[in-house]
Amino acid sequence: MPRSVAPWEIERKLIAKAEDKTNPKYGHKPEGRPAEEYIRYGVVNLDKQAGPTSHEVAAWTKRLLKLQAVGHGGTLEA
Amino acid sequence: MTGVLPITLEDSTKVVQALLHSGKEYVCVMRLHSDVKEESVRNVLAQFEDVIYQRPPLRASVKRQLRTRRIYYLEFLEMDGRNVLFKVGCEGGTYIRKLCFDAGEVLGCGAHMQELRRTRAGPFVEGAEGFVTLHDVAYWLKEWETTKDERLLRKFIQPMETCLALVPKIYVRDSAVDAVCHGANLTAPGIVSFETGISEGSMVVILSLKGEAVALGKAVVTSEAIEKMDHGVVALAKRVLMPRGTYPKCWKSGEG
Repeated sequence: MPRSVAPWEIERKLIAKAEDKTNPKYGHKPEGRPAEEYIRYGVVNLDKQAGPTSHEVAAWTKRLLKLQAVGHGGTLEA
Repeated sequence: MTGVLPITLEDSTKVVQALLHSGKEYVCVMRLHSDVKEESVRNVLAQFEDVIYQRPPLRASVKRQLRTRRIYYLEFLEMDGRNVLFKVGCEGGTYIRKLCFDAGEVLGCGAHMQELRRTRAGPFVEGAEGFVTLHDVAYWLKEWETTKDERLLRKFIQPMETCLALVPKIYVRDSAVDAVCHGANLTAPGIVSFETGISEGSMVVILSLKGEAVALGKAVVTSEAIEKMDHGVVALAKRVLMPRGTYPKCWKSGEG
């Protein structure tokens, strides 16, 4: 029986439809955003330790970075 | 419970929904309540691959109604006495605690979850570059604040586009970006390239040619159709991520 495919096992190919260039005057490459913007549009791949809840860890991150809002990708709880 | 917990900051919190749907992987220690042969354990765990039914446990953060969850793989790793170590790749919202309990019921001996570590949340994996503890975050942040060297920020923060790595991508022209930022649907002429595997109704991410996320969208046609289209709607803008005015406005308003 072939097992189901996990989302990270799906292989996708990029297909070109047209040609166009982007003007360097507008926007930034994601890794080239200025610091303040880089943080606001950023994500931390956190190694959560045992003990505190996901919400607590998220709240600490928020305070540490002095942010207004953070979210987390799926509660990691008992 | 320990392991991979992606934290989205400020504006990137909008993409958290993409993470919730992108699957998880765990390594788990299951504790059996009596001695069982390894062969039986292997056989029973194998039965939990594919689609399973689960009622969320008593202590759960969601409504306790029976639901189905997909188990992509469940790999027996090793067994030491009554402790069983296994790895499981599953859909978001699968309760591993419940899976252990249920496996114990099928084995007839009873079992519970002893330890759990998440090794993957969608595109984020344990041990990858940028996988950091809260201590690392505090350390690099301090270093950045004193030196203002932006390379230090990149040691512990990744662009929100990383969250969208598993979502099929559509790259659009500069001239199409601001229209999408205003909530316009994406039409075929705006597209420069796109990924295979898009089906009707699937979530897509609309990106600029610089690779910036413009919006999360819902495809209304398949990848095969996009290739042939020269006009018409390809995707509906569902969640705009880029602020309006980042790119110039290139469309005419209705009043002309």
